[in-house]
Amino acid sequence: MTAFLVVLVIILFGVAVMQMGKIFQLSKPKSDPNSEVANDKDNNINGWLMIMFVLFIYVLSIICFWKWGNVMLPESASEHGIGIDQLWLYSMILIFVVGIITQWLLHYFAFKYRGRKGQRATFYADNDKLEFIWTIIPVIVLAGLIIYGLFTWTDIMNIEEDEDTLVVELYAYQFDWRARYAGADNTLGEANVRLIEGVNILGVDTSDPNSQDDVIVNELHLPVGRQVLFKMRSQDVLHSAYMPHFRAQMNCVPGMITQFAFTPTKTTLEMRESEEMIDKVNRINAIRTEKSKELIAQGDEALESYVFDYLLLCNKICGNNHYNMQMKIVVETEEEYEAWIAQQATLAKSLQQ
Amino acid sequence: MSAHAHDHVEDHHDDHGHHHKETFVTKYIFSQDHKMISKQYLITGLFMGIIGIAMSLLFRFQLAWPDKQFTFYEVFLGKWGEDGIMDPSVYLALVTIHGTIMVFFVLTAGLSGTFSNLLIPLQIGARDMASGFLNMISYWLFFLSSVIMVLSLFVEAGPASAGWTIYPPLSALPQAIPGSGTGMTLWLVSMAIFIASSLLGSLNYIVTVINLRTKGMSMTRLPLTIWAFFITAVIGVVSFPVLLSAALLLIMDRSFGTSFFLSDIYIAGEVLHNQGGSPVLFEHLFWFLGHPEVYIVLLPALGITSEIIATNSRKPIFGYRAMVASILAIAFLSTIVWGHHMFISGMNPFLGSVFTFTTLLIAIPSAVKAFNYITTLWKGNLQLNPAMLFSIGLVSTFITGGLTGILLGDSALDINVHDTYFVVAHFHLVMGISALYGLFAGVYHWFPKMFESRMMNKNLGYVHFWITAIGAYGVFFPMHFIGMAGLPRRYYTNTEFPYFDDLTDVNVVITFFALFSAAGQVVFLYNFIHSIFYGKKGPQNPWNSNTMEWTAPIKHIHGNWDGPIPHVYRWAYDYSKLNKDETDYVVPGQDYVPQTLPLQDNEEELNH
Repeated sequence: MTAFLVVLVIILFGVAVMQMGKIFQLSKPKSDPNSEVANDKDNNINGWLMIMFVLFIYVLSIICFWKWGNVMLPESASEHGIGIDQLWLYSMILIFVVGIITQWLLHYFAFKYRGRKGQRATFYADNDKLEFIWTIIPVIVLAGLIIYGLFTWTDIMNIEEDEDTLVVELYAYQFDWRARYAGADNTLGEANVRLIEGVNILGVDTSDPNSQDDVIVNELHLPVGRQVLFKMRSQDVLHSAYMPHFRAQMNCVPGMITQFAFTPTKTTLEMRESEEMIDKVNRINAIRTEKSKELIAQGDEALESYVFDYLLLCNKICGNNHYNMQMKIVVETEEEYEAWIAQQATLAKSLQQ
Repeated sequence: MSAHAHDHVEDHHDDHGHHHKETFVTKYIFSQDHKMISKQYLITGLFMGIIGIAMSLLFRFQLAWPDKQFTFYEVFLGKWGEDGIMDPSVYLALVTIHGTIMVFFVLTAGLSGTFSNLLIPLQIGARDMASGFLNMISYWLFFLSSVIMVLSLFVEAGPASAGWTIYPPLSALPQAIPGSGTGMTLWLVSMAIFIASSLLGSLNYIVTVINLRTKGMSMTRLPLTIWAFFITAVIGVVSFPVLLSAALLLIMDRSFGTSFFLSDIYIAGEVLHNQGGSPVLFEHLFWFLGHPEVYIVLLPALGITSEIIATNSRKPIFGYRAMVASILAIAFLSTIVWGHHMFISGMNPFLGSVFTFTTLLIAIPSAVKAFNYITTLWKGNLQLNPAMLFSIGLVSTFITGGLTGILLGDSALDINVHDTYFVVAHFHLVMGISALYGLFAGVYHWFPKMFESRMMNKNLGYVHFWITAIGAYGVFFPMHFIGMAGLPRRYYTNTEFPYFDDLTDVNVVITFFALFSAAGQVVFLYNFIHSIFYGKKGPQNPWNSNTMEWTAPIKHIHGNWDGPIPHVYRWAYDYSKLNKDETDYVVPGQDYVPQTLPLQDNEEELNH
């Protein structure tokens, strides 16, 4: 690091002076005092470049969609996510229409009215009617978006619990996750980091009767079609529980309990079998096979072939291993879920051991 | 009474130069002359910009080729780049310091500091800032904070690395990340000094604009640059102190055992005593500055653009009053939208609704500005100088980045893209690139004013613009896609997630464009440095502009004008105004009417 600045300055300045000397030679100054002010030729060239530039933006967008349209997240695997995706789509269409038109006007005018000697600009200082029109149109459009957005948001965030709701605690710490199921009573036992001791790594209050049947695991299993209410806690710094396939995210804040709820609609198996996901997984595995060849040539181990699973990621900078703080999510049928949870040891049991 | 006092000041200044001999130190180092101070700001800002951009290139290499080894990591990063492998902790340090430097040191001080200092006195017709001494202190505090920030790169455990938003507890606990030790302390000290510098500067700008306008320069005749700088200074005064208090409370949590932001923490095998604080409080305090900061960065760029687009279109800016009104509306709204950075912070969801509402409102004045720029181009006679190209480029990136803001400002949509690369792409376009374009536009346009009539080479300027324009879209347009794929930002590598394996080639493309744009900046640096010494001398008013700075003598004198300050008789935008019979321009054969020219017999007086 010591060398960082010194070398940086020397290299940048050195390269600047040497390389650009050549370019500068090509543009030798003339004796005219206005030689550094744009003339008709400059206006003409740059006017044409403006038109080419707006085409470049359009082509870039098309290429991006064509080439990378398929990297985007698959259809939402949660109920509320459908609403988010729809709002996203409408907003996207809107901003693309506005973007395409305004970018065109901007660059086209820059081309069309490029300066020529003797051309007279029109003195046009204001027009209240025009100003009113393009104030009121955004007002109306945005009012629509705001109302639509607020309804979607309130639906998601105002959690209506029923008897069926599954309560799960997501517990974040540097650099891993734990999930705590509330057990048969569907009520989580009290917990505080001050009670962390030995196997009780979540600091659950063992004297609380509600905590006896709590189940602590490091793989999240969710029954399909049943609302899950997540209660999030963090042990040390801010983390964010991000479950992109379910359009779900909430920060985990030390000292408070945050919450988010959703209803998964597709099991892991269903997702794996969707056409979109099969495509994506094939593509990823092709890349991995390619990489494995390189690795084997270097004498390393080949990469494992990839199978899709839902993910919980940390999405708030939390330390050096922030980039690898993940937990697998399995969405399965109610029966599979019941069978799985029955196999897990309750807190009372694991403390006895 | 006040007129009398004013005359007195003028008299004093008029013969100022005669009985003070300037020494090298008072002229070039501890100068109180706003023109020199603006150059000091610019050069310090550019120097910091080189560091900031170089850092971004380093982490772009890491993101594109996470499993390759590059020997230059070891050269630049020393023990954190051993064997050509970048350490995760230094990756986080690089993104943190890149953000800090670019937002505060380049785009706040380098942009607003440079052009507010240069243009406020010259465009309103003042001898200097209200307090030349405070102005000098302001620069030297900025310099000191830059030095401390750069020094923090060299401490044992590394510089601050909790992200430029330095959310506690990560930034408060050295156990959580090595950069939160001495590195973070220096970061906080540097920022505290920076805030003091910014406040001194802002107060000076406000007082100068309110009190020192020349005769005839009413508020509604101010060029839009001055309006933008003035309102920017007001937002700075309102919001920067809040960041200072956040920094002070954080210093206390770090060093004196208080619990403003800390509660219930178990780290490195022990429970901390802290109880009752809340990191969410810090987020509120931080973003109370952090969001207005976006406009502190952007408004000066928009002001500069307004002036340059009008001058080079040879047309009045369309809807002057609407432009002023939208600056005011943006400034007001900018202070009540901070919560949109915190939709999923654990804040009450109802607050989220309120902030969605205010956030989307801010799109209205922004849209008005964009439409007005486009209309100003319509039926103009566009002189496509490099400054003009950068101004048009700014409008383009401002529209593109602003539109994605409509998605992010919607709390429901923010849930799934919050803290992903979609956000990174959005804010780089709308505030990073746009404000940088404003900075470049300003440098090309006012270079002759800064360096006594020397002009920058226009062809290199064109090369610089087109490389930057293509590079900027090439970097940030594809970046939206990896965000929509769900990739979180601030990941050292995404190889731990096979799910993201198909994003590698997008990252490679982005890095190529980043290198391409950085090469363009080398052209700029060469042009800038070369032109300071060898630039061609142009005429006194090279762009045929109406504003007052071009009436000041080419040679810099302390006090700006030899003799009395000219009076102002009209607004700054009488470009291509015709006489009553519409046979010729008001001044025959000249398509502009300087603000200092009295109303002519052959023209109509218009109220704008």
